[in-house]
Amino acid sequence: MPDFLMNLFTNYYETAAMILFGIGFTTLLTHRNLIKKIIGFNFMDAAIYLFLAAKGYIAGRLAPIIVDGNTDPSNYVNPIPTGLVLTGIVVSVSVTAFMLALTCRLYDRFHTLDIDEITHLVRKERD
Amino acid sequence: MELVQNFPFLCIVFSLTCGVLCAVLKGRAAKILCLTWLTLTTAMSLAVLIFTLKSDSFYIYRMGKWNAPWGNEIRVGVLEALMATAFSGVMLLSLLGGMHHIFADCEPEKTNLYFTMCALLMSSLFALIYTNDLFTAYVFVEINTIASCALVMLKSSAKTLVATTRYLIMSLLGSGLFLLGIVILYGITGELLMESIAEKVRALFSTGEYSLPLTVIIGLFSVGLAVKSALFPFHSWLPDAHGSATASSSAILSGLVLKGYIIVLIKIFYRVFGLEVIMAKEISQFLFLFGVLAMICGSVGALRERDLKRMLAYSSVAQVGYIYVGIGLHSRLGLIAACVQILAHAVTKPMLFIAAGGFMDVSGGHKSMSAITGAGRRDPLGGIAFTVGALSMIGIPFFAGFVTKLELTQAALGSGNIAMVTALAAIAVSTLLNALYYVPAIFNIFSKNGQSDYKGLRVRYRADYALSCVAFVLLNIGFGAFSEYVVGAVRRGLELFGM
Repeated sequence: MPDFLMNLFTNYYETAAMILFGIGFTTLLTHRNLIKKIIGFNFMDAAIYLFLAAKGYIAGRLAPIIVDGNTDPSNYVNPIPTGLVLTGIVVSVSVTAFMLALTCRLYDRFHTLDIDEITHLVRKERD
Repeated sequence: MELVQNFPFLCIVFSLTCGVLCAVLKGRAAKILCLTWLTLTTAMSLAVLIFTLKSDSFYIYRMGKWNAPWGNEIRVGVLEALMATAFSGVMLLSLLGGMHHIFADCEPEKTNLYFTMCALLMSSLFALIYTNDLFTAYVFVEINTIASCALVMLKSSAKTLVATTRYLIMSLLGSGLFLLGIVILYGITGELLMESIAEKVRALFSTGEYSLPLTVIIGLFSVGLAVKSALFPFHSWLPDAHGSATASSSAILSGLVLKGYIIVLIKIFYRVFGLEVIMAKEISQFLFLFGVLAMICGSVGALRERDLKRMLAYSSVAQVGYIYVGIGLHSRLGLIAACVQILAHAVTKPMLFIAAGGFMDVSGGHKSMSAITGAGRRDPLGGIAFTVGALSMIGIPFFAGFVTKLELTQAALGSGNIAMVTALAAIAVSTLLNALYYVPAIFNIFSKNGQSDYKGLRVRYRADYALSCVAFVLLNIGFGAFSEYVVGAVRRGLELFGM
């Protein structure tokens, strides 16, 4: 068991990322306020990017841009994880924008951000 | 390289372009562009299918001629081409069948955006079917999510807004888990292309290293994609979203979007992990269990529903259950059954939704069972389409649904004792329940006691609606009649998967 705990402490970036993912996931799933749901979603995605970035960094190595003719690959880190983070950020920004637009329309219509209350109001409208 | 080998790539890229063009065109022009393009993609996918069947193998198409591990790849085999052909054909027919609803339900200046979303959706479906790269799959999964949510909410009413929000939240939870799975898998293997990951996973599995992370990853993929494809008990968002959208949207969402995610899951299971690892991890037994529960609970939900479109939506939950039972049997026969069910449901459920849209036209826009009583008499073509679809869903021979049930039963008979008994019992109960809600629905739409307000009403057929209904009926009967060719192609496609 101490081994297991030690691993958690050594890889503290990954541990933090997983805790953040959990916080974001539960907020998106269970929170009633739409804005907080969106914040939760961003937490969740940011946690994944933190995980990727932490995995992609090797202590003592440089960003993969050749300076001073140093072409030995062992001096540089793999650029793909950072590339994936950038792609992922683009995706989550667009999804956030879509969800914010949706929230605006819901607020205009129902004057509340509480998803349970909105569902309740829609049910009443139907009856 | 022959010209035809470029078609899958062209389908993906020009669908995106078509979406962008539709955004700046007026409604009618966007409609013509989108329909023309979908006709072309169907023809192109068919050409690819014929090419792969003739060469009886698959090929890898490298983007920009970069080799693995740097380049991005798409992989084209018999199964992929078959799915692409079926999906773009069904997309075209679903759009045609609900065309006048689209123009009636969308705000006039936003109609072109509907076609933008359809083109984006088609592009992402093509990409999900063909891609060989996990991160590309993730990006297109998100495009798929946004496009399908937009398809629900373009019919602007309070109900669709709330349905879209719930759909979007569930989808985002699913894609979050899916992305986490990809990232951890990338962390332990350092690869994103499916074949490269498969090699490393096999090596890790044989040495027993990273056993727990592999289990977690399979779990993340399964749950993430199960949420997105509405497997029981994650189906709560589906009836609202599919029940309240416009006819074409419901047809496309039920028939195609759910299947896109399942195809990704099948590819991940059998091309990335391989049957051996999946069986050792025993995660798919949960998929089997939830599939069985979905078959029963979806049908019970449909039985209790008094609203035609929501009933069809619940029936989709049950039909998705069939696919997961096929996957969960983890045998080759089970997987064949799952793929056949993907195709059979894709040609059947959109037809039912299109027919339901037709009934709403002749029933004053209402979709409750009492309002559509006798609608089949006022709209005989829709009535015939609905009857064919319903009989196919129940599993009457010579229709598409029967082929699935036959294949699934065979797969179940070939598996272990408990799985066999459970699967057979589930098929039997689910078939009975299907009959219990579809047969009364058929009687209801052909009943003579329709509400007097609409009695004199007879539909004036639009060419697009009539064409769509006739084509769907022919497709369904053709699927049932020539099932051995379809099953044969699926079997060959799965063999090329390395199954």
